Amino acid sequence: MIALSGIAKRFPNGVQALNDLSFMVARGEFVSLLGPSGCGKSTALRLAAGLLTPDAGAVTYADGKPQIGFVFQDHTLMPWADALTNARLPLDLKRMPRDQADARASAALARVGLAGFEHAYPRELSGGMKMRVSIARALAAQPQLLLLDEPFAALDEITRNALGDDLLKLWREDGLTVLFVTHSVSESSYLSQRVLVMTPRPGHIAADIALASGRDSRLSPATIEAQRVISGALNSAIAA
Amino acid sequence: MKRILDIALPLAVAAFLLGAWEGAVAHWQVPAYVLPAPSAIARAFADNFGSLMEALASTLTVTLEAFVAACVLGVATAIAFSHSRLLERTLYPYAVILQVTPVVAIAPLILIWVGFERINLALVIIATIVAFFPILAGATLGLKSADFNLIDLTRLYGASRLQTLWRIRLPNALPYLLSGMKTAGGLALIGAVVAEFVAGSGTATGLAWRIVESGNRLEIATLFAALALLALTGVVIFAALSLLEWCLLRRWHESALQAS
Repeated sequence: MIALSGIAKRFPNGVQALNDLSFMVARGEFVSLLGPSGCGKSTALRLAAGLLTPDAGAVTYADGKPQIGFVFQDHTLMPWADALTNARLPLDLKRMPRDQADARASAALARVGLAGFEHAYPRELSGGMKMRVSIARALAAQPQLLLLDEPFAALDEITRNALGDDLLKLWREDGLTVLFVTHSVSESSYLSQRVLVMTPRPGHIAADIALASGRDSRLSPATIEAQRVISGALNSAIAA
Repeated sequence: MKRILDIALPLAVAAFLLGAWEGAVAHWQVPAYVLPAPSAIARAFADNFGSLMEALASTLTVTLEAFVAACVLGVATAIAFSHSRLLERTLYPYAVILQVTPVVAIAPLILIWVGFERINLALVIIATIVAFFPILAGATLGLKSADFNLIDLTRLYGASRLQTLWRIRLPNALPYLLSGMKTAGGLALIGAVVAEFVAGSGTATGLAWRIVESGNRLEIATLFAALALLALTGVVIFAALSLLEWCLLRRWHESALQAS
């Protein structure tokens, strides 16, 4: 679906965020990009979305640029608009007729458990609900590739787990391709099929770990074992 | 109960002060050309009601025209600035120069350039200059402080600059713009009054001219009546803009939420 090869990125302030970063994500895969804070995970994700251009290397898409859904760490909602208008933003920008766009945005809100909250303003919603609106907005665009930048980092553990389970469900139902940036070993071990471990800045891939099946719950032996393997790879990436 | 107190307490203070004023003027027999009693001012207001209202209409027209012009020009300039850093860096210093130069000093020049035969236009231009800057500053800050991630998101969905402006930047600028408008409303009135003063009697016909004229004739009660009317106008403008702000922001912005 998407391949990054030999990516280098330096910011105007002189910080070399990425150097020789290469990885690919196949259609329908759920891949986590894991690394310590400041290793360039978010930069890699923005490059994947085409929001940044690399200094060297290339981002290529298998069948032309797919429809991309992007979820930020903050909910990034428009505070002046209700949940429905927020979820409808990608469709409004594409000038989809209002009734059609409303129907699709409502359906997206219902899928993330927010039926009945269409006309609530962001300030009236909890942190978890705001993040759900943000995910609904990404879904409304009917993406093939869903990019998430530590979307649950600011949430409490109960909400985080519930949203993680919902994300898995959406991924299975829609056949999405997901690239999920996180700094949580437990999150990546449970949610993804494959974990890409990044080194500290300038970031590149230190380990590419395919996870075994059988991780049906957060506490199943296969998940715990996956955590052990990922933690080991992360520690050696940081130490190297 | 709290609402009633909000209105009752200032009114009680006003009643007490006016009473004390009336009593003091009567007790010390202060001459009317130094300090007229509130009752004398009320009488002067009633006697000159027609001409004072005409003067108010004249000043108010200049104020509103200048306010609208400042809003349109301020927002348009801010949009231009938000689209081009180069333009902003080139022109912003001149906006600042216009702001910091006392309008009394510029006014005679504008009157000469525009001509006394088009006195109202000159007054509007002077008042616009005074009211322009808070609008520009507020709108520029608001347009530029939109969430970067939200702007990126619109790029991802292929939005045009116009769409981003209309859907993200302008709504985001609204609280800043309204705050600038509240300042600009008062300044437009001040600008109109200053312009009338500079234009002098015989040309301008607004409240400021009534104040100058009453002062020259030692009709201090009429002067006070015009002054009170001017203050009241300022308060009404501020209240109207505060109401507009509350209507537009009450559903979502912190400032309006705390006020309600």
